[in-house]
Amino acid sequence: MVTRLMKKFYILIIFAFLYAPIFVLIVFSFNNSKSRGNWNGFTLKWYMELLRDRQILSALYYTVIIAIISSLIATIIGTMAAIGIHNMSKWKQSLIMNITYLPVLNPDIVTGISLMILFIFMKMQLGFFSMLLAHITFNIPYVILSVMPKLKQLNKHLYEAALDLGATPWYAFKRVIIPEIMPGIITGALLAFTLSLDDFVISFFTTGSGVSNLSITIYSMARRGINPEINALSSLMFISVLSLLIIINKRMSKDNSVKENA
Amino acid sequence: MKKIFKLLGFVVLIVSTAVIFTGCAGEKQITLKVYNWGDYIDESVIDSFEKEYNIKVIYDTFATNEDMYVKLKAGGDSYDVAFPSDYMIQRMIKEDMIQKIDMNNIPNYRYIDDRFKNLAYDPNNEYSVPYMWGTVGIIYNKTMVDDVVDSWDILWNEKYAKKILMMNSQRDSIGITLKKLGYSLNTKNINELEEAKNELIKQKPLVLAYVGDEVKDKMVAGEAAMAVVYSGDAVFMKRENPDLEYVIPKEGSNLWFDAMVIPKASQHKKEAELFINYMCDPEIAFKNADYIGYSTPHTEAKKMLDPDLINDKTAYPEDEDLDHCQVFEDLADSLKDYDRIWTEVKAN
Amino acid sequence: MKQRWIAYPYIVWMVIFILVPLLLVVFYSVTTVTDEGIQFSLEHFKRFLEPVYLIVLLRSIYLAFISTVICLVLGYPMAMILASKDISKKQFIVLLFILPMWMNFLLRTYAWMTLLENSGLINTFLSFIGLPNLNLLYNHQAVVLGMVYNFLPFMVLPIYSVLSKIDKSIIEAAQDLGANNFIVFRRIIFPLSLPGVMSGITMVFMPSVTTFVISRLLGGGQYTLIGNLIEQQFLYVGDWNFGSALSVILIIIILLSMGVMSKYDKEHEGGGLW
Repeated sequence: MVTRLMKKFYILIIFAFLYAPIFVLIVFSFNNSKSRGNWNGFTLKWYMELLRDRQILSALYYTVIIAIISSLIATIIGTMAAIGIHNMSKWKQSLIMNITYLPVLNPDIVTGISLMILFIFMKMQLGFFSMLLAHITFNIPYVILSVMPKLKQLNKHLYEAALDLGATPWYAFKRVIIPEIMPGIITGALLAFTLSLDDFVISFFTTGSGVSNLSITIYSMARRGINPEINALSSLMFISVLSLLIIINKRMSKDNSVKENA
Repeated sequence: MKKIFKLLGFVVLIVSTAVIFTGCAGEKQITLKVYNWGDYIDESVIDSFEKEYNIKVIYDTFATNEDMYVKLKAGGDSYDVAFPSDYMIQRMIKEDMIQKIDMNNIPNYRYIDDRFKNLAYDPNNEYSVPYMWGTVGIIYNKTMVDDVVDSWDILWNEKYAKKILMMNSQRDSIGITLKKLGYSLNTKNINELEEAKNELIKQKPLVLAYVGDEVKDKMVAGEAAMAVVYSGDAVFMKRENPDLEYVIPKEGSNLWFDAMVIPKASQHKKEAELFINYMCDPEIAFKNADYIGYSTPHTEAKKMLDPDLINDKTAYPEDEDLDHCQVFEDLADSLKDYDRIWTEVKAN
Repeated sequence: MKQRWIAYPYIVWMVIFILVPLLLVVFYSVTTVTDEGIQFSLEHFKRFLEPVYLIVLLRSIYLAFISTVICLVLGYPMAMILASKDISKKQFIVLLFILPMWMNFLLRTYAWMTLLENSGLINTFLSFIGLPNLNLLYNHQAVVLGMVYNFLPFMVLPIYSVLSKIDKSIIEAAQDLGANNFIVFRRIIFPLSLPGVMSGITMVFMPSVTTFVISRLLGGGQYTLIGNLIEQQFLYVGDWNFGSALSVILIIIILLSMGVMSKYDKEHEGGGLW
């Protein structure tokens, strides 16, 4: 009983740590002052201005689209890669994994500029597509790093047992391997999505043609000071995603309890 | 769970097809690509320009001159109008990255204050049209500082240890140190630079932090007694906290300009000049100056501003205050020395 | 599953988008532009050997190391708790855990400054209840805090995904054989979770070495880290050669240290260098 309480308490502390800045952000989105140094009264004006600001809204659109598409593609390629690499000889594995570490290891500026040079060399017009390619590139290693441990954890004989029992390789793959490594795949997709949402440097150097993402818009305000419309936007994003999660969660537990009672 | 994935995948498919299609449609209209600092324009101005001239504007933003420089130099994208700062314009002229502007197409240029023409970075006014300007100076909290503030020396005063904020920018911080020592802030003389380095290292224990734009919040909140800031930010800070005062030290300081240029790669010179001329229209220049809050070089726009602002020495200093102020020049190879010095100061 | 060919799409991708840019960086690092044109030279690597740059590198590695250790110490229990059967709605909590990361990093760091500064929320609260103010900002601690804050989910999630599927019957068997909780953890749970731990360490240590925004904002720009230095070379100085040389040095050092670490990982669980 005590351990259960202690566990919940620990989670609560960690969550307080994680959410403290978010709370501050939301509070200041109602501050009637551009400065975070003083509180000048409650206002909704930043929210109003936000809805009229087409630059920010366009950036938001591209941010979400690129995050979703790049994490999906990276998850697919990364999962396939992890499975294939897992079956390679030790030295080949080491070689490929070390090359895979490079986008994780390199400072963003190096990855961003080198990709930019590559794209220009390939005569590619910088824009949506180039930014997407760049995002997929730095997302894949995280997917691989998330799926690999699950593969190592996998019981090698499970697959063979399934084959022995008469399953086709594809069936065994779909019904045995994939469910076992699914937590890793989901982790990889989540991490990729998270990284993609927040990337500035690589996106900045690999985009163009008016395609901008939220991070670029926000970092570009560095000299002038962050416009509180951004706070308002972040608060809205946060509340909407949180609500979405709560709704999905309620629906899933409803489904589960229906299944149990059936 | 599976259903949700399927739905998501479907939505993504639809949206991405939509994106690809909108990218291909509408090629009849001329598009103008503008590259500016973040939050550095009144956005209604873009809309009114588009309506008046039936030209679509694609507006991208950058965070620093150097970011913009790398993008333009690499050439992956062609911008028609860009807003670099003084020293960057000088470098771009040197490296043949911008084209000459036909000033006959910019009749509104006559509204630009003559003080801001024929500057060192563009002596014949062939390449740029000024947009905003300002100075660098010391902002201090009157309730926390009892000495007279008129010299850069105050930033080295031990009485204010850990209450001093410096700019986290190589050229600005090394520059003001050079000014304090009586040298030019564009010097390439290695001995003068080493002296500046030693001054900065001496100062380091007194510095609370080397900051960027967060300096505004810090000073308004009273976290520090004094800071090195841009004049435009100082105007904002004084409004938020009346205890703050701004001064340009007597040794002189930096005078900065952001100006509009037309990159070489631009294919729409006519439209770019149209845009630049539009930005110099009194009404439009006023809107921008009013929104941004920095000092405008536009004589007519200045007249339309709040009288308190026009008379504020912070935003519009007297000529004598600007006597010892210098504009940054491109340092070319000396940048390496500045960088090494800055790293040595920080690494201690 | 012995197929290797399904990795080939990635291999192709990897060659184009990771290897080729890497070759570019290496090329820049070993060449220099002189009046006679482009020549091979190791001068940029020699330049790195000046003490000021070595200090920068060591400090970056030191801070990254501390942050990784703290992430591990804080994150492992978190992953264990999440995976244990006492907690319901795991998926939901995992998503809640990563949700803050979807807010822009710069904004969250600014919010931390509002919390940590002398007139900030934490100190205001402390004075309110009569405790003295703490110096929470512009020091090493603040930078480590920022790094841990930013990278914690990258440590927790891989460990959690492995822990969640540890065969409970093994644990039960050990307990039947008389092992107490501590031995169960040390001899069974921890070793089995090692692949996840290695991934977590990789995903935290490597980016923290090259991070520069956190040290700039929370450290008050007081010190240059290797990430700042490299950024300065590419943007402010325009010396891509030196910047590339720094990157190459960094790559070699980090991959070597990861390799040394994986020697402890005898069964080759993590996919390191040797």
